[in-house]
Amino acid sequence: MSLMANRRPHWRTSGTPWVWLTAGTVAFSLILVLGVLGMVGYQGIIHFWPSSVVQISLKGNQGTALGEVAGSENVSVARLRDQGVQTPEGMSQVERLLLKTGNRKIYGFDFKWFNETDYDDLSLPPDVAVIEREEWGNFYGFLVGLKFDGQILKGERGQLELKLSEMMARRYEIKEKILRVEKSEMGALNYQMDKIRLERRKLELDQVPGSDPRFADLDFRVSELEEQYIVLGESLRELNQMIDRDSIEMITTQGEPVILDVKDLVRVYFPNNMNIFQKFAHYFAKLWEFITDDPREANTEGGIFPAIFGTVAMVLLMAVLVTPFGVVAAIYLNEYAAQGALTKIIRIAVNNLAGVPSVVYGVFGLGFFVYFLGGTIDSLFFEANAPAPVFGTPGLMWSSLTLALLTVPVVIVSTEEGLTRIPRSIREGSLALGATKAETLWRTVLPMATPAMMTGLILAVARAAGEVAPLMMVGVVKLAPALPVDGNFPFIHLDRKFMHMGFHIYDVGFQSPNVEAARPLVYATSFLLIILIISLNMTAIKIRNSLREKYNATET
Amino acid sequence: MNEIDVKYVTNIGEFDKSRRDKVRNLKDGLFGLFMSVGGVSVIGAILLIFFYLLYVVLPLIYGASIEKVFSIDGPRSESSLLLDIDEYDEIGLNIYPDGVAIFSSLLDEKIIKRSSLFPFEGPSETITSVAAGDPASRVYAVGTSSGRGNLFQAEYELTYPEDRRVIIPRINFPSGQEPLVLDSKGDAIRLVSGQFMDERGTVVSVTKDGRLLVTIITVETAFLSEDKEIVYETFQVNDTSKNLTEIRLDVEQRYLVTVSGGGIVALWDVSDPKRSNLVDKVSVVKPNEKISAISFLSGGISLVVGTGSGSLQQWFPVRDENNLYTLRKIRDFEPMPTEITNIKPEHFRKAFAVTDKGGNFALYHATANNKVADVVGLFDDLSTLAISPRSKAVLFADSAGQLDLFKVDNEHPEISLGALWGEIWYESRSEPEYVWQSSAANSDFEPKYSLTPLVFGTLKASFYSMLFAVPLAIFGAIYTAYFMSPRMRSIVKPTIEIMAALPTVILGFLAGLWLAPYLEKNLAGFFLIMLFVPSIVFLTSILWPSVPRVIRESVPDGWESLLLVPIVCLGIWSSLTLGTVIEIQFFGGNLPHWLNLHHGISYDQRNSIVVGIAIGFAVIPTIFSISEDAVFGVPRSLTMGSLALGATPWQTVTRVILLTASPGIFSAVMIGMGRAVGETMIVLMATGNTPIMDLNIFQGFRALSANIAVEMPESEVNSTHYRILFLAALVLFLSTFFVNTLAEVVRQRLRKKYANL
Repeated sequence: MSLMANRRPHWRTSGTPWVWLTAGTVAFSLILVLGVLGMVGYQGIIHFWPSSVVQISLKGNQGTALGEVAGSENVSVARLRDQGVQTPEGMSQVERLLLKTGNRKIYGFDFKWFNETDYDDLSLPPDVAVIEREEWGNFYGFLVGLKFDGQILKGERGQLELKLSEMMARRYEIKEKILRVEKSEMGALNYQMDKIRLERRKLELDQVPGSDPRFADLDFRVSELEEQYIVLGESLRELNQMIDRDSIEMITTQGEPVILDVKDLVRVYFPNNMNIFQKFAHYFAKLWEFITDDPREANTEGGIFPAIFGTVAMVLLMAVLVTPFGVVAAIYLNEYAAQGALTKIIRIAVNNLAGVPSVVYGVFGLGFFVYFLGGTIDSLFFEANAPAPVFGTPGLMWSSLTLALLTVPVVIVSTEEGLTRIPRSIREGSLALGATKAETLWRTVLPMATPAMMTGLILAVARAAGEVAPLMMVGVVKLAPALPVDGNFPFIHLDRKFMHMGFHIYDVGFQSPNVEAARPLVYATSFLLIILIISLNMTAIKIRNSLREKYNATET
Repeated sequence: MNEIDVKYVTNIGEFDKSRRDKVRNLKDGLFGLFMSVGGVSVIGAILLIFFYLLYVVLPLIYGASIEKVFSIDGPRSESSLLLDIDEYDEIGLNIYPDGVAIFSSLLDEKIIKRSSLFPFEGPSETITSVAAGDPASRVYAVGTSSGRGNLFQAEYELTYPEDRRVIIPRINFPSGQEPLVLDSKGDAIRLVSGQFMDERGTVVSVTKDGRLLVTIITVETAFLSEDKEIVYETFQVNDTSKNLTEIRLDVEQRYLVTVSGGGIVALWDVSDPKRSNLVDKVSVVKPNEKISAISFLSGGISLVVGTGSGSLQQWFPVRDENNLYTLRKIRDFEPMPTEITNIKPEHFRKAFAVTDKGGNFALYHATANNKVADVVGLFDDLSTLAISPRSKAVLFADSAGQLDLFKVDNEHPEISLGALWGEIWYESRSEPEYVWQSSAANSDFEPKYSLTPLVFGTLKASFYSMLFAVPLAIFGAIYTAYFMSPRMRSIVKPTIEIMAALPTVILGFLAGLWLAPYLEKNLAGFFLIMLFVPSIVFLTSILWPSVPRVIRESVPDGWESLLLVPIVCLGIWSSLTLGTVIEIQFFGGNLPHWLNLHHGISYDQRNSIVVGIAIGFAVIPTIFSISEDAVFGVPRSLTMGSLALGATPWQTVTRVILLTASPGIFSAVMIGMGRAVGETMIVLMATGNTPIMDLNIFQGFRALSANIAVEMPESEVNSTHYRILFLAALVLFLSTFFVNTLAEVVRQRLRKKYANL
């Protein structure tokens, strides 16, 4: 097997180059894997870093442009010409710079290419401010003045910055209160209102006469809720008035003055003037926002918390469903079923079901679970909701069930493998001591097979976390109004639609209006998903390896 | 410990023990029962998938059923000119020669409403012709013996007075109740056809003396008072053939079809009535035959022609290369036994009902070229029939005024083997094609359900991905299993296997948003990689013996791959750099543009190369892992024997290892292909998803799986579209299941063989 064979004169007949070629394919595959992981990792990690903002002055008195460098490339002049870009004569290639110029409301775009021949110098103005907003994307410009409480403050940056951070702190505080009132308190009221509506509908369906005291009771509860609603609305109005107080005055690089309301600002920072610690602090603040916040601006900004939550909730529910199913089926196949041709066929069939495309499971889930089972449940128990479906529409429960069905072969195969690995001597010893078959299984075999079950479960979870195609049919949405778990009874809402990280990647990357702006966020989401899935897989591999060692030890 | 056990045992009396054993045995039995029932039901639930898919698909292949529900007496015991039926199959409308329209209940024969269609001038004026227009708008045209006529519409309004469901029928006159003077000379109207839509109507009529007249009606609503003013004008078409036997106006009021001389069909463009021009005139039947019935299908594009001998044909105008329309025969249908008497189109589908002189009745679907159902020898004296709007019933009237209602269960007439897999000539297309187009904005659209382009797309995706993955994975597997040092193998194998766990949505995202634009910019560089990287590896293998011994020995046996990583990187980088230069030098700086310009090869950014690489990436670990196992499992004795006989390692690989492990490698490729066929997210994101059939590597496609993912959520439950998507899922299920089973069986055989060696 030694490659030293190539020392011989007839290295060509020995086929050494072929061996090298096979080695080359391994090298190529490794480069592919590591390249993909590396690229997603790099792009996902740097997204939150506060990159410097450059200013370029355009030739021919075109003024200046300001923005973050989003990329650069060498491109042939012919391609530019085909795209209708004016190009300099006598060059075959030109280097160009992609600037994220922000200020979409003013320019109408937020990314722009600049050919190196079109601008002179590149500078890093220290005073430039980057403003993340609730809508319209980032704003790049210079801070000129502050307006608060009817006063106007102008002056040098340091002074303004100090006061601005005070204003921002006040804004966060009020915003938080507004969100609490809007989301949890008013949300709870709406939920109760809806429940009362359903109760009334139910009474009507049961043909209870309108004079029944229960109707009066419902009316009373409604009026109570309405009173609470008015109180909340009042406090919301007050809060909104408070948050409307402040504004800041900015100037763009082209010299255009812009007034921004503080209530619309998410974050203001001066990247060219930050030291390394401030940059790290900013980085982790952004990362924290990404993991814990709701998305903004059609999912292209802000966090992905609902998607993470949805993925985890769906996968946990699936795990709860798939474990008993898979384990019971595996025990039956391995311990109780008569081992014959039929079991063999079933085993092959189960094994092959793991290779059936996931989209087929989605079709089945939609047809059988959602329309058939869900429709039946609705007509039996949720007549009051008609015509709005409760379970007869895609939702969390059906997604989990569909994925449980998709991954149950994985658990069965893995558990069976664990069961067959347990040495015969252990079962026979237990039986010889007078234990029944059930006791043998329950007390000795199953505990020993737990790691195998764990492996199967983890692999199932890893597979489920990355599946998107079936979920598109049975319950995932791009923006869910509420989490599947909240403070309203019964706390876990299995009928709700949910957000999912994988679908988030598809949706933001391919359906969003501003793909260029959303791309870094998609990389970050992808990176998070990859970390999650790879660590799950690694755990499974670790468990399997230790399991093998353990049994090899018992066998010898 | 022991002591306690002994005590415990001795403390239990004989009686107790037997009782406890009973409980234990009971528990054992229950446990076994639970496991068996649970196991069987879980396995059953998994297998349910197949049966459920089949259960949804099966109705597609059932034929239609026609069943007589009842027969009742009509409002009068005479033959009616026209018959109409409401959406719920509860009310029938009969129109009699004296201009009286009677709505009667089909449930209890009661007359609901009687109205007069026409204020006749005197006793001498009678209705001489009536014809149905577009079935969906329920427009009818009438003409009288004194050259007058009108348009009317049957309307059925569903109301709920006091929570009771009541259908109120009425006759509407879209162009006013006042009759229109169709012929200023007052000649009798022999044939009439009319349409009305969006405040504009057209009535075409043929007078007794053979003139062909076109009357254009416009309804103008006054600006403030909302009063309607009806304006109409009649033009004469210079038709040379005097003996017209049928006329039909299409729903768009653009084309007029006339039949003359027994079998000559002429197509007129009457959109500008001042200058009606003849588009085409063809003889559609054999010399000794004559046309006995003719009708537009819903949508007003296709014509169905029935002849005296019972044959049925479909015709429509087709645009030729000079942009001129000619009437072309599209298909022949299975003939009826005797002369065709009636052809009635369905309201929304391209289906129609036919009756013949022998009293036979049949339902056809045009696109599918399908005789869906028929009933033989039903009537002796049928006068007319009506199809209900939802196509769930057909109402017949005989010459004695008796009404027969037949229930029709005909959910999926548009499906036939030919419609699903064959080349079909669809309306408004210039030739037969394979097309998938499941929905459009208008209701009379002809759905195109050819699965062929989708299957083609799936095969194209898997072909290109296998082209990319198979060499890499199998060569890689051979090296990893046979040449690589164990320590490196223990790192490389899991690393590549981790790729299998990578969510395909991420690969799809990278392929669609990063690789596709990158490839477009570096196409030449990409082709250079395929050439350059293998050559640089070859070059290394040639130069390696001449490298100083010190360096050479620092790379231990079986670690060559690691050494090659920087070299391959270098190869890739230099190919990309060189590629840009080559593009500028030879291809005007833009290879895709150049390809299109000089060779007419169109280039999509999201094309088959991108998909091939991305899916290839996804299946490499599967193929790699299984074939690596197969190669690694080849018994040592075989390779040792071969080496001992003087074969070189490579000879051993090609003559011994590959041969022995080939079944395993085959099953690896099969399983990989199964994955490629079912891959959804990558094809969804990295192709344009246009269902075209083109082998061009630079173009996209639409795969079965992506099509399901895109269309399933929007498709209406139990519609034909829904069931076809289930069929697509079933096709995917069966093909992957078959491929995987084949692979599994081959693998098990191999395992047995190794065990014997």
